[in-house]
Amino acid sequence: MLRFTLIRLLQAIPVLFAVVTLTFFLVRAAPGDPLASDKAMPPEVYAELTALYGLDKPVWQQYVSYLGNLLQGEFGPSFKYVGRTVNELIAAGLPATAELGIYAMLVAVLIGVSAGVFAALRPNSAQDYVPMSVAMMGICMPSFLLGPLLVLVFGLWLDWLPISGWGVIPGDKILPAITLGAAYAAYVARLSRGGMLEVMSQDYIRTARAKGLPEWRIVFKHGLRGGLIPVVAFLGPAFAGLLSGSFVVETVFQIPGMGRLYVQGAFNRDYTLIMGTTVLFATLIIVFNLLSDILSVWLNPKLRQQYQGSSQ
Amino acid sequence: MSTTTSTLPAEKGTSLWQDAWVRLGKNRLALFGLGVLSLLVVVSLLTPWLAPYPYDLQNLELGATPPSWDHWLGTDTFGRDLLTRILYGGRVSLAVGFVATGVALLIGVLYGAIAGYAGGRIDAAMMRFVDILYALPFMIFIILLMVIFGKNILLLFLAIGAVEWLTMARIVRGQVQNLRHQEFVEAATAIGLSRWAILHRHIIPNTLGPVIVYTTLTIPNVMLLEAFLSFLGLGIQPPESSWGLLINYGVETMEEYPWLLIFPGLALSITLFALNFLGDGLRDALDPKASKD
Amino acid sequence: MNLSLSAQRLVPAVAVALLVLLTACSAGETNVERGNREGILYWGNGTEPQELDPHITTGVPESYIQEALFEPLVNSHPETLEPAPGVAQRWQVSDDGTTYTFYLNPKARWSDGEPVTAEDFRWSLWRAMHPKLGNQYSYMYYPIKNATPYLRGDISNFDEVGIRVIDSHTLQIQLENPTPYFLGLLSHHSYYPVPRNAIEAHGDPWKRGSHWTRPGNMVSNGAFQLSEWKLFNYIAVDKNPHYHKADEVALNGIRFLPTENVTTEERMFRANQLHYTYELPADKTEFYRTNAPQQLRNQPYLGTYFYRLNTRIKPLNDPKVRRALALAIDRQKIVERITKQGQLPAYTITPPNTAGYSAESSLIYDPERARELLAEAGYPNGEGIDSLEVLYNTKETHRKIAVAVQQMWKKELNINIILRNEDWKVYLDSEKRGKFQISRASWIGDYLDPNTFLDMWIKDGGNNRTGWHNPEYDRLVLEQAPQATSREERHNLLMKAEKILLDEVPAIPIYTYATRHLVDPSLKGFSSNLLDRPFFSHFYLEPEPNPDSEQ
Repeated sequence: MLRFTLIRLLQAIPVLFAVVTLTFFLVRAAPGDPLASDKAMPPEVYAELTALYGLDKPVWQQYVSYLGNLLQGEFGPSFKYVGRTVNELIAAGLPATAELGIYAMLVAVLIGVSAGVFAALRPNSAQDYVPMSVAMMGICMPSFLLGPLLVLVFGLWLDWLPISGWGVIPGDKILPAITLGAAYAAYVARLSRGGMLEVMSQDYIRTARAKGLPEWRIVFKHGLRGGLIPVVAFLGPAFAGLLSGSFVVETVFQIPGMGRLYVQGAFNRDYTLIMGTTVLFATLIIVFNLLSDILSVWLNPKLRQQYQGSSQ
Repeated sequence: MSTTTSTLPAEKGTSLWQDAWVRLGKNRLALFGLGVLSLLVVVSLLTPWLAPYPYDLQNLELGATPPSWDHWLGTDTFGRDLLTRILYGGRVSLAVGFVATGVALLIGVLYGAIAGYAGGRIDAAMMRFVDILYALPFMIFIILLMVIFGKNILLLFLAIGAVEWLTMARIVRGQVQNLRHQEFVEAATAIGLSRWAILHRHIIPNTLGPVIVYTTLTIPNVMLLEAFLSFLGLGIQPPESSWGLLINYGVETMEEYPWLLIFPGLALSITLFALNFLGDGLRDALDPKASKD
Repeated sequence: MNLSLSAQRLVPAVAVALLVLLTACSAGETNVERGNREGILYWGNGTEPQELDPHITTGVPESYIQEALFEPLVNSHPETLEPAPGVAQRWQVSDDGTTYTFYLNPKARWSDGEPVTAEDFRWSLWRAMHPKLGNQYSYMYYPIKNATPYLRGDISNFDEVGIRVIDSHTLQIQLENPTPYFLGLLSHHSYYPVPRNAIEAHGDPWKRGSHWTRPGNMVSNGAFQLSEWKLFNYIAVDKNPHYHKADEVALNGIRFLPTENVTTEERMFRANQLHYTYELPADKTEFYRTNAPQQLRNQPYLGTYFYRLNTRIKPLNDPKVRRALALAIDRQKIVERITKQGQLPAYTITPPNTAGYSAESSLIYDPERARELLAEAGYPNGEGIDSLEVLYNTKETHRKIAVAVQQMWKKELNINIILRNEDWKVYLDSEKRGKFQISRASWIGDYLDPNTFLDMWIKDGGNNRTGWHNPEYDRLVLEQAPQATSREERHNLLMKAEKILLDEVPAIPIYTYATRHLVDPSLKGFSSNLLDRPFFSHFYLEPEPNPDSEQ
C-alpha cells in the first residue's frame, strides 16, 4: 500500500509538469491581450507595462523563468490586481472555497448515500422512486437556479437564513453548502443505488444470505463496501471539480473564494493567475484521485490482497 | 441460476440483447420514458412546421406577457413567443445532450475498458493521461477552441464530449478492474478464451449497468454545461436558444415573469425524467444477473 | 426486513439533523441595522478594486474608494458639480484664463498628521506624469503647459511643465489655453495628491504595485483613511481624525463590498445587507419605481451608449449607408422596452445639456428616409449588402440591444445582421485592430464638459477606432475651440464640430446613460449628480423609526 502511494506520488511529477507546460502555452495562444483596457493607452505606457510583466521577451524565455519561479513556490505577480502576487490571491481565496467544498461534500455524502442505499433496498417500489425522483431533480437543478430559489424561499420570504457573505453573519454558510452539495448528493444517490443493486445480486451476498447472516450485516458490511466503489471513484474527481465549480455558488452568495478567482482570471487573461489556480487545481485533483484510488483498493478485498502481495 | 448461464462460453452474445428487449418491454415506466423521448425527437425534427411563430420574431411593444390564447406559454421580454423558443431550444439541447454524451460514451467506455483490463503499466499510463486532462483549465481550452475555429455548434458538442468522457473512463475502468477478479472471468481465462472474447462477452456486458446509469446522469449534465457556456457567450448564438439558456434567463426574472422559468424548466425536467426512467429500465434489462425475485 | 427498518430510520434522522442545523441559526443583526447603530455605511462597490493608487486605476469602483480617501485641490458641489473648495480654500484665474493660483488651507493634514503643502501637489503631479508609472489618464494633464511634450518624452525636465510652488501653501498652474473646464479636471482622481513619504518608504515613486496602498502603510488626506482590505470580501475605511473638516463628517466608516453580481446585490439590498447598490437589474427597475420609489436613484448620467461603424470597409465607407443605419434605429423603443432604466434616447454623441451645451441632431428615427438613403447609396432594399456584423462584448444587456437592433435593420432596411460576441479582452483587441464592422461601445465623461466626448474623434485618436477623420473637425476641436474667449463662442465651435460628426456618422448614438442605484432610506445627505460621484463626507445615517423593533 505504501509503495503504491509512493509510486503514484512520483508519477504526479510528470503529470504536473505536463499541466504547467500545456497551460502555459495554451493561455499565451488564446486570443486577447491581458494588458488591453477600454481606455486607449499611449504606446509608451503600453511598452512600460509589457516590459514590467516580461511579455516583451520570447515565449520560451518567459516559460523558463516561470518554471524557475514555480520551483521556488512563486506564482508571480497578478496582471489584474496590481501589486498582488498570485500566492497572496490564492491565500485569500482558498480557505473559503475549501471550507465550502468540505461542507458541500458532507451534504452530498450524507444525503446521497443514505438516499441511494435506502432506494436500493426495495428496488422499483415507492421507497425507490421517491428518493430517486428527488435525486433526478437535484441533478437537473443547476446551482444557478437552486441557489436563487433557496435564497428567495429561506432568505427573503421566510427570513430564516442570511443570503450572502461567508463567516460574517452566523448561519451564512448553510445555504451555499446545500446549494453546492445538492447536485453532488443527487449523483451520489444514483451511483450508490446502482452500485448497491449491482452488489446485492452478487454471489457472495447470496452466499452470505444463505448462511443466514443478519440482513443489516450483509448490507453494511458486505453490500456497502462493494456498492460504494462507483461512488468513491466519482468522489475523487468530483471534489476537485467542486472546488472549481463553486464559481456559481460563490457568485450567488457573495463568497470570497477561488472559483471567482479562476473564472475572472480566465476572462481577464491574467496569465499568472490562470497558471497559479490551474497548478493548484491540478495538484488537488491528483491528490484526490489518489485518495479515491486508495479507498477503492481498500474497499475491494481482492485488489487489496493483490497490492499487499506485490508490496511484499 | 441465471448467473451460471452467463458464464457459459457457449452462450450466444445476442441472446443477452433479446432477453433485454423482453425485459424492457415489461417495464412500463421505461416504456413511458422511451415514448416521451421518441415524441421529443419527432417534435424536434418537425419543429419548423409545428412552431406557431418564427423563433426570432420580436414584438417589443408587447414585451413579456403571461400565457394567453395567442401565446400559449406567454412571451419573453422581447415579446417573442415562448412556446416557439422552447421548441427550437429543445432541438439544440437534445442535440447537444445526445451527441456530446455519445462522444463521451464512445471514448470513455473503450478507454476505460482497455485500461482496466490491461492493468499494470498500461493502466497507470492511461490513467495519468486522464489526470492530465482533468487538471487542464477547461474554460481556457474551450475559449481557445471557439475563437480559433469559430463558434460552431458541432465544435461545442465535441468539446463537451471531450471533457465528459474522462469520468466515464474512470468509472468503467474501476468496474472492469473489479470484474477482472471475479470468478467467472477468471474461469473464462482459465478455459483459454481470447482476451477480446472475454472483453466483448463478459466484461463489457457486465459494465453496462453503471455505464447506463452514468449516461443518464451525463446527458442532463451536458445540457447544463451547454447553458453555462452559452451564458458566458461561448455556446449558442442569439437569437438561437437552448433550454439551458432559457432557464438561465428565466432565473434572473423569476420574480417578475415566473413563466419564463417555469416552462423551460418543465421541458427540461420532463426530458430528464424520461431519460432517467429509460436509463433505469435499460440497466435492469441489461443486467446479466437480473432475476425476478 | 429489519434492515429496511434501520434504513428508514437513517434518512429521517439525517433530515432532522439538517433541520435542527437550519433552525438553530437565526438570521441575526443585518449589516444595515449594525451600520446604523455604529455609523458605518455598507456600500455595494461592484467589484474588487485592481489597486487603490489614484494615479494607476481607471475603474469606477476604485474611484469610489479614492473619493472617500482623498481630498482634491478643488472639489465639486455634490449636485451641480460646480467647483467648490477642497484643499484649496480659494483660487484666482488670470484675465487670459491660463494662469490659476491656488491658496491652500493651512489646516489641511495627511492622515499621519503632516500638513498638505503646495509641494505635495507638485510632487504628486510629477509622479502622476512619470512615464514609468504607466498612468492611463495622461490625457487629463494635456491642458497644463508643456505637459504634452513632457508626457511624450520630448522634454525631460519637469520644471518646464507649468506647475509652480509659490510658497508652502500657494500653488500656481499655467495652462496652454484657457480651459474653462480645468477646475473640473482637478477633482478627478488623476489629480489627487499622494503622500510622498509613504510612497518613498515603499520603493521608487513610479513603482507599480508598491505596497504603499496597503492598510497600515497608506496615508491619505481625505475624510477617511484605509483600515482594512480583505481581498474579495470588503475594504474598510474609517474616519480620518486629522482631516481638516473632521467634525463635519458624520459617518464613522464605510465598508466597500465587491458585489460582482447585480442580481445577488439586489437581493442583498432587500435582505438589508447594503445601504447602497452599485447597480440594479433592468427588470427590477419597474418594481422599485412603482413600489418603493424613495429607494430608487435613477438620474441622468454623463455617458453615451453608441455603435462604432468601421468606416474603412465597404459598405460602411459610404456616409449614406451609415446614416441609413442610424435613422433606422428606434431608440425610443430600445430605452422603453429593453434598457428600461430611465435611459434617454440619444441623437447626439454628447449628452444634451452637458454644462449648458446641447448639440443639434438630424439623426432622428425615420425609416422612410433611411430606405431612401440606402437606395441612393446603391443598395435599394438592402440588395448588394450581403450581411453586416455587430460585435459586442459578452454581456446580457448588450446582447438584448443588439438583438433588437438586428431586428430593426432587418425589418426596415432588409439587411441581414450577424451578431458576434467576444469576451472582453478579445473584443478590445478586435476593436483596437479594426477587426469589426459595427461594434457596441460606450463612453462615460471624465469631467463635465462636451470636450470629453468630442476630442476622442480626432484623426488617429486612441479611442476613435472607426478609421473616420475629418480635417475640419480636427481643426475645430483641437485648434479653434480651445482658443475661444467666451463660453458661447466655444460651445458654438464645438456644436459645429459635432454637426460634422453627426452628419458623417462614424458612430451611432443610441442612448444616454442613467444612474441606477438602490439607496436605503436610512442613508441621508445623498445627492445625485451627472458624474455619479458620491460625496461621502456629506452622508449621514438616520434610521427611520421602525415599529417592528420595539421589543
